Amino acid sequence: MRGYAGKFLEVDLSAGSIKELKFDDEVLRQYIGGRGLAVKILWDRLGGKWETVDPLGPENILLMLTGPLTGYAPGVRLCVSGKSPQSNGVVGSTLATELAIDLKCAGYDGIIFTGEAEKPVYLFIKDSDVEIKDASHIWGKDGKETLKILVKEGREELESRYKQHGLWKDPSAVYIGPAGENKSRLAVVAAKWVHAAGYGGYGAVMGSKKLKAVVAKGTGPLPDVDDMERTLKVTDELLKINFKRTVFRRWGTGYLGYDVGVNSSSEPVWNWQEEWHDEKSFGVDQFERIWVKPYWGDFGCPKTCLKIAVIKSGPFKGAITDNPDYENQAYLGTNLGIFTPEGNVYMTALIDDLGLCGIQTGNVLGFAGELYQRGILTKDDLDGLDLKWGNVEAFASLARMIAERRGIGNILAEGTYRAALKISELKGVDVLKYAVVAKGIGIGAHGIRSEEDYPGYESYPCSVQGGDHTSVARLPINHENSELRVILYDSGVLCWFNFFDTEAQDLIWDLLEAVTGWKITPEDWFGTTARRIIHIQRTLLLLGGPDVRWKPKLDDDVPPRWYEPLRKGPYKGKAVDPERIERARSEYYEAIGWDEKGIPKSEELRRLGLDDVDKRLEELRRST
Amino acid sequence: MSETEHIWIARDYSKCSGCRRCEIVCSLSHEGKIWPEASRVRVFMLVPGVEIPHLCVQCSDYPCVDACPADALSIDRQTEAVIVDKEKCTACGRCVEACPGKIPYMHPTENYAVICDLCGGKPKCVEACAEGGWYALEIIKREDTPTFELFAKTPEEITRNVIRKLYGEEWEEAV
Repeated sequence: MRGYAGKFLEVDLSAGSIKELKFDDEVLRQYIGGRGLAVKILWDRLGGKWETVDPLGPENILLMLTGPLTGYAPGVRLCVSGKSPQSNGVVGSTLATELAIDLKCAGYDGIIFTGEAEKPVYLFIKDSDVEIKDASHIWGKDGKETLKILVKEGREELESRYKQHGLWKDPSAVYIGPAGENKSRLAVVAAKWVHAAGYGGYGAVMGSKKLKAVVAKGTGPLPDVDDMERTLKVTDELLKINFKRTVFRRWGTGYLGYDVGVNSSSEPVWNWQEEWHDEKSFGVDQFERIWVKPYWGDFGCPKTCLKIAVIKSGPFKGAITDNPDYENQAYLGTNLGIFTPEGNVYMTALIDDLGLCGIQTGNVLGFAGELYQRGILTKDDLDGLDLKWGNVEAFASLARMIAERRGIGNILAEGTYRAALKISELKGVDVLKYAVVAKGIGIGAHGIRSEEDYPGYESYPCSVQGGDHTSVARLPINHENSELRVILYDSGVLCWFNFFDTEAQDLIWDLLEAVTGWKITPEDWFGTTARRIIHIQRTLLLLGGPDVRWKPKLDDDVPPRWYEPLRKGPYKGKAVDPERIERARSEYYEAIGWDEKGIPKSEELRRLGLDDVDKRLEELRRST
Repeated sequence: MSETEHIWIARDYSKCSGCRRCEIVCSLSHEGKIWPEASRVRVFMLVPGVEIPHLCVQCSDYPCVDACPADALSIDRQTEAVIVDKEKCTACGRCVEACPGKIPYMHPTENYAVICDLCGGKPKCVEACAEGGWYALEIIKREDTPTFELFAKTPEEITRNVIRKLYGEEWEEAV
């Protein structure tokens, strides 16, 4: 078993007990790590009773998993998973954090959390010394304050317990903010102030388990690989390929806040009432002037596509965040009618501190903004807030209400889909038509109406991760953006951003073999391995529950908003064609091995040895 | 190499991307593995965005060498780097105490201190940093001036300096 530390930690938060466990080589070979292994673990442990498992209850399992390529592939990601409080399925949600490296260097490939603690706790790992510690004094703190305390305490603990080492470096950490503690379904698992596993809502799962943070220092080397010379040769090629991505390196995704609007016309503006804008105030040159660090990244990254933005004067003085990246520029900028870098940085830094997801929160804030525009929500509903487009302070106040579940924030904290159901009921009008979501997950900031951006018609409707723009369905199934390919990255676990180039994509098979010693060909992956993972993910998504279940095929659709024509810009008049959605869906089902209703086919599941999954779908097949 | 051509690794912390490629190449070169906690250069991140590559500055009076009770530290005549004799070193930690920047530390599994040896005159960390265009670490010529010693500071001290520049003086108390 090369590339793996070989052991996993299992932490029972109810019992306060910790043990180590291992997986068979064959399980690892079939499910790799990260997202793939998460799907396997969740299926094995919860598959039989999935519909009744409350994602925010003690039965749910929270996973933090690395993969064999973590630390060897350039850049670093950790995969967070469990039953998602957004989709009721499984989301493989990744974030950049050195915790992935510290875990592997401590001798662990990942952590499985079960149960729920009585009082706030955090997990502290120093190699094989693993301890559940009290977190009462950190509970309630925002992101920046939380990390400050964790780093200080972590270093003090290391200095006092492991003497003679010299200075201890900071341990790494992932944590939740107030939003996670209050079980907002929009809450993230955060790292380094600005990094977040957002999709899925696993910050709320941590909050429900009263797990404030995980802090680790591993002092060993990364696990041995099968062929070090070859591994280093492949990684060297990957570095060289990525050093050549000069535009991306220079601006990260930070130039897209202007470009995606003006160029591909697929950026959310005013809750997706438009996808086009030409606001030069939102150009990357305007962001560059507030960047204090030209390149910022995480362990092993050649691209370092992040930049640090600091507002040093004016009403938003003191706000610090990265870039913001495109998604935050769009969702905490254009979607709310905010077109200045200062306003956008302020909103993004606030969302970081509260432990909210920029995408999900920007989605629900935009939704509330449109209801206000239409007079469905009034100042009375909003504790007096004047939620006009572009009113930064009003949107910021509403974000705080969401994190703290105050007033209408308590409804919006449930996410756009659930909030829409509730508000429809309260107001007696259908507001679901203004919700831009897929399977309970707010859709990433890449629209499909212009057909100039990367997601196609099958993208969000057929994805097993709903609105997740990093994991869209795509034909052919081995396409460079296809969900089966993303499953490889999320199971690896590595950063997709360093595999944009075709040359890099071709090298991943070499890297996988050099590290693990397993010869996995593209045919194996797209025909067998990734199919197992996606079919189980689809099955769990369709089983859903307990509060929401998705209807096969019917819910495999784009939001109503996208059937409306674009009102402005070069693609004015373009809308999603329902007949083409129907066709794209059928073609995708056929290609991936699902029946005409979108349920994984019996013969496909049996071919892959997933007879138990097949059996579990019998009832669904009968009732649909 | 003549005495006047000694090199020194200059560090511009505000340019450090936090990619830690210096740790990767250093540990690969000295340990044959990717091993951040055994790298001779260590990137501290006491506050996100304020990454501090921490490595020996080769003080002209070498307090670490003087403080070593086991005669395990010596000065390389070619490079003027501090060389650790792994056999003689007892990992007592006196060199750490003597260092104004608390830069040396003990190898995580072996019984000796690790200190930058300048890779014999061609530091791998500097190459990796230049390859990525970051230039947080750069080779400059070492001249006869006490200036170089000023860089032997603890990560906390350096962070306070850099954070003022990046985030503003109100952030100094965060460290």
